[in-house]
Amino acid sequence: MWLAILRRDLAMLLTGGGRRGGALLPVLFFLSVAILLPFAIGPDASMLARTGGGIVWVAALLASILPLDRLGEPDLEQGFFDQWALRGMAEEWIMAARIAAHWLTFAPLLMLAALPAAALFDLSADQLWRIELGLLAGTPGLAALGVMIAALTAGLRGGAALAGLLLLPMAVPILIFGAGGLQQNGEGGTALAGAVSLLLVAVAPFAAGAAIRAARE
Amino acid sequence: MEPAAPMTQPSIIAERLSCVRGDRMLFAGLSLRLSGGEALQLTGPNGVGKSSLMRILAGLLRPLSGDIRREGQTALLDERHALEAHLPLGRALDFWARCDRVPADRMAEVARATGVADLLDVPVRYLSTGQRKRAALARTIAGHAPIWLLDEPLNGLDSASVAMVERLAARHCKQGGICIAASHQPIALPGGHRLDITDFAA
Repeated sequence: MWLAILRRDLAMLLTGGGRRGGALLPVLFFLSVAILLPFAIGPDASMLARTGGGIVWVAALLASILPLDRLGEPDLEQGFFDQWALRGMAEEWIMAARIAAHWLTFAPLLMLAALPAAALFDLSADQLWRIELGLLAGTPGLAALGVMIAALTAGLRGGAALAGLLLLPMAVPILIFGAGGLQQNGEGGTALAGAVSLLLVAVAPFAAGAAIRAARE
Repeated sequence: MEPAAPMTQPSIIAERLSCVRGDRMLFAGLSLRLSGGEALQLTGPNGVGKSSLMRILAGLLRPLSGDIRREGQTALLDERHALEAHLPLGRALDFWARCDRVPADRMAEVARATGVADLLDVPVRYLSTGQRKRAALARTIAGHAPIWLLDEPLNGLDSASVAMVERLAARHCKQGGICIAASHQPIALPGGHRLDITDFAA
């Protein structure tokens, strides 16, 4: 049953579940931020190269927020969590599937989209490599945070808007370490982003599962 | 339909249940005991706690006090149909068939029995209230769960569909299943037992 749930979550996130755009939307959002930036700060190549990596990270963070309204609320509303509970499926497993699905539908595409973004910012191959490594280390944590916060706000009115606001401050450690990893000899930052990610991925299924159970009462 | 898979004797026993929603006591001291082949209709006006009792019996809501013991898998039909609105009905039902490991031919039989076999290509959001209710009924009964909890199963159904629900419930009980239906409308269930929740209102 777990695989069936994972497949459903993937399909829901890829296609947008009949709502606004699916997995493509965050990526387009990410790319348009990357395209807008040179217009906003001017065509100074050295300036773009210095700020580009950080902007990629901010754009990644914002892109991971877009699907938040689909990660908890609709399934609670439509009774999916109830039906899974009746079938003895622990909420922790369901939320673990959801973290995996959320990550798979935004992170790989984002890492791919970082290639043209890097070209726009005139980043060197070395810097691009650092960005990709940092995204790989940090995005699982963003996915875990997103699912956790979507579950926490699922029962609330206006929860979706709140979810984005709540996620931003909590994503600060990942952002600091991830962007820190962009500097020369910044491998420590990337490693720390990875550590924060691991911690979040380990905790989030339990926190999110408990939040869904609480929202049911 | 095929006879259901052999069931171990199912039962559901609730003892001295009480339930609080918000700061209002809905009912207290409510006990019931059903075993295989028995059916029960929960009655009472709106807001008396029928749905809360159903969710307590399903294990989705904790009662304030009291015990629940269930023997056998439980299936719940309520106003949350758990069918994805944008998918064609057939694919929305297939998801639950995969979750419950229900073979495709069994799902097709259930769809015929509940009268949704012609609607499988229609996206769920275009179905009428009654059609959606019948689709959710198909999702509920396909998995061979011996304990059926039907919360307002007749809402939005025409008289032919009401008869269909009663027929399915009768057959389920004959095969040794348990059926508890909360309904403010009359519904003919085997044995004709009723439990009025107003009798336990606190």
